Amino acid sequence: MAKRVGMEVSIAISEAVKLANVDVISAYPITPQTHIVEHLSEFVSDGELHSAFVPVESEHSAMSAALGASAVGARTFTATSSQGLALMHEIMYLAASMRLPVVMSVVNRALSSPINIWNDLSDIMAERDSGWVQVFAINGQEAYDLTLQAFKIAEDPRVLLPVAVNLDGFILSHVIEPIELFEQQEVDPFLPPYKPVLRLDPEKPVSMGAFGSPEVFIEVKKQVEEALIGSQKVVAEVWKDFGQRFGRIYKPVESYQTKGADTILITMGSITETAMTAIDSLREKGRKVGLVHIRLWRPFPFKEFLQAIKGAKTLAVLDRALSPGGVGGPVGLEVKAALFGKDERPYVAEFVAGLGGRDLTVDTFIEVLDKAEKYSQKQKDFQYELIGVREK
Amino acid sequence: MIADDLKDFKKFTPKTLPREEPFVSGHRACQGCGEVLALRQVAKAIGTPMIAVSATGCMEIISSPFPQTAWAVPWIHVAFENAAAVAAGVESGLKILVDKGRIPKKEIKVVAFAGDGGTADIGLQALSGAMERGHNFVYVCLDNEAYMNTGIQRSSSTPYGATTTTSPAGKVTPGQTTWKKNLPAIMAAHNIPYVATASPAYYLDLMNKAKKASLIKGPAYLHIYSSCPTGWRHGADLAITVSRLVVEANIFPLYEIEEGRYTVRKNNQPKPVEEYFKTQRRFAHMTPDMLQTIQDRVDRDYQRLLQMEGMTNPAVAQKEKPKGATAE
Repeated sequence: MAKRVGMEVSIAISEAVKLANVDVISAYPITPQTHIVEHLSEFVSDGELHSAFVPVESEHSAMSAALGASAVGARTFTATSSQGLALMHEIMYLAASMRLPVVMSVVNRALSSPINIWNDLSDIMAERDSGWVQVFAINGQEAYDLTLQAFKIAEDPRVLLPVAVNLDGFILSHVIEPIELFEQQEVDPFLPPYKPVLRLDPEKPVSMGAFGSPEVFIEVKKQVEEALIGSQKVVAEVWKDFGQRFGRIYKPVESYQTKGADTILITMGSITETAMTAIDSLREKGRKVGLVHIRLWRPFPFKEFLQAIKGAKTLAVLDRALSPGGVGGPVGLEVKAALFGKDERPYVAEFVAGLGGRDLTVDTFIEVLDKAEKYSQKQKDFQYELIGVREK
Repeated sequence: MIADDLKDFKKFTPKTLPREEPFVSGHRACQGCGEVLALRQVAKAIGTPMIAVSATGCMEIISSPFPQTAWAVPWIHVAFENAAAVAAGVESGLKILVDKGRIPKKEIKVVAFAGDGGTADIGLQALSGAMERGHNFVYVCLDNEAYMNTGIQRSSSTPYGATTTTSPAGKVTPGQTTWKKNLPAIMAAHNIPYVATASPAYYLDLMNKAKKASLIKGPAYLHIYSSCPTGWRHGADLAITVSRLVVEANIFPLYEIEEGRYTVRKNNQPKPVEEYFKTQRRFAHMTPDMLQTIQDRVDRDYQRLLQMEGMTNPAVAQKEKPKGATAE
């Protein structure tokens, strides 16, 4: 039976990676690195995990080595954050387009400058269009579960795409939470060893990473796009299987107190649990507010999202990354795009908050919901509002 | 110890050259390309089973225009600066999969190929990391002394005086104003078991070095002179001529560094550097003063190489009598 223990979330993730019996781990300690790979290297060092640990000289090489290892058919893992993810950027696109199912924990943190190691989502949002499957955890247990699920999703022959499991820097990565840990014998039937469709094999030589002229480039991109869109079906299957085995149900979009809600707050990541408290306190006062949080960011679950916000008059989107010179943040942009062209669409108030680790408290969410309702009544015409800026 | 690794090593002779071609014809290299010749010689010498890794560059582009490929062995290309990191991943992956019994236990040679830009400039960090970590693979720098694939821009491996599109010989500056970065010395400083230089004009020497490099456990580095008729502005029939002249003039001496011990192929009656420089239009603007400066530098560097041999490998240094390099 699964046991529940208090554990730092980073360490819980390394426990999940160990249960996945990963073959190759490549990692570099930029930003600084989290305890995820430190703990994994201890497992390898103590013989508890039979893996190759490649302590590369940069994050760029971490992703490059991961691709090389994945190409020979190894189950491959790496973890990064912030500047490290930015340095991987070039190779992120290649991982997806070369269909190499690497799994990566992305401990979300701000991008410099000013240099700042704290949490926001600006690192991963710069990788939005890289072609990776991207999921966001709201707590430690989810981070643990999503990590295990990620290998099964990535390696499915219908997907063969890399998966990024996002968790908030410090707020999740460095806190101790109660985590239900699985036993190896429970995990093995859920996650058998990786069976690559194609690998670098002298018996059956293939060329990977060929030069694509304009005559073939779009076709390759379309295949990747179809695989990414199609991965949602596999994600659903894996979540169903996981739910049946381990009793926790995952959905691409989750609703909280949305029944009869006029105003719905949209969140991603660990702020969701704080936002739930805000919703509870407003509901107690009779306010018709609810919460929707997006777990599956790529591919974006349009149908499930539209279903979740159905009936709302106002949406308050809380972004934790800024798209400078644009319409605010990436989540707001996605939400607005999802609604555009619908006959009945709610008023969308877009807020950007919590950049660089600025605390988001229950009061922040109440402020955002208050403002959203006020702006909605006036049908205020604005792109977005930055929350919590000290002007003096 | 490399002596154990090389105990079954037999040198190639013209009669024992393998027929196998891991890199096949039909690729799209320029007519008279010296680089693709060197690549083919390395691949032929190392043979199968092999997994080849390429950096972005001429050899990657000309060998893999989808849906065609010139690679008869498994091959992977990811990006420009990371051939060494990808090869490190390939090697680590193979090793652990064999350990875990998931793939057959058979030694597969991993060979990374990159140009001078992908090695000396943008790929230097990944290369240094992979060498320091001791991965068991051969890294081959095919040095054509500039960024040829992108349009003949200078690299840190471009020789002094050469005109390129970013070090043009103009009214004020006489082409490249810096000296070629000494990559073999940098690799030797990583204390890897094997470093060697080679030129495709000395094909048996090149192939024997490649074979040795592949047999030695741990990282091995080959630095191979790779003539480029397009970028250097010489005739398409001159690849072998310039590849021989560069050695005969001691501009590109052939040597090996085995576990730190230098063995230099002696050439104490070198041809004047001018003979080499006049074969290529990239040097057409050079003045007698510049040639003298280069001659002095070449002579000094060669003496320094012999001193390194004397210090690290005194037995060989004393035993070998000076002789001219021959196209064996």
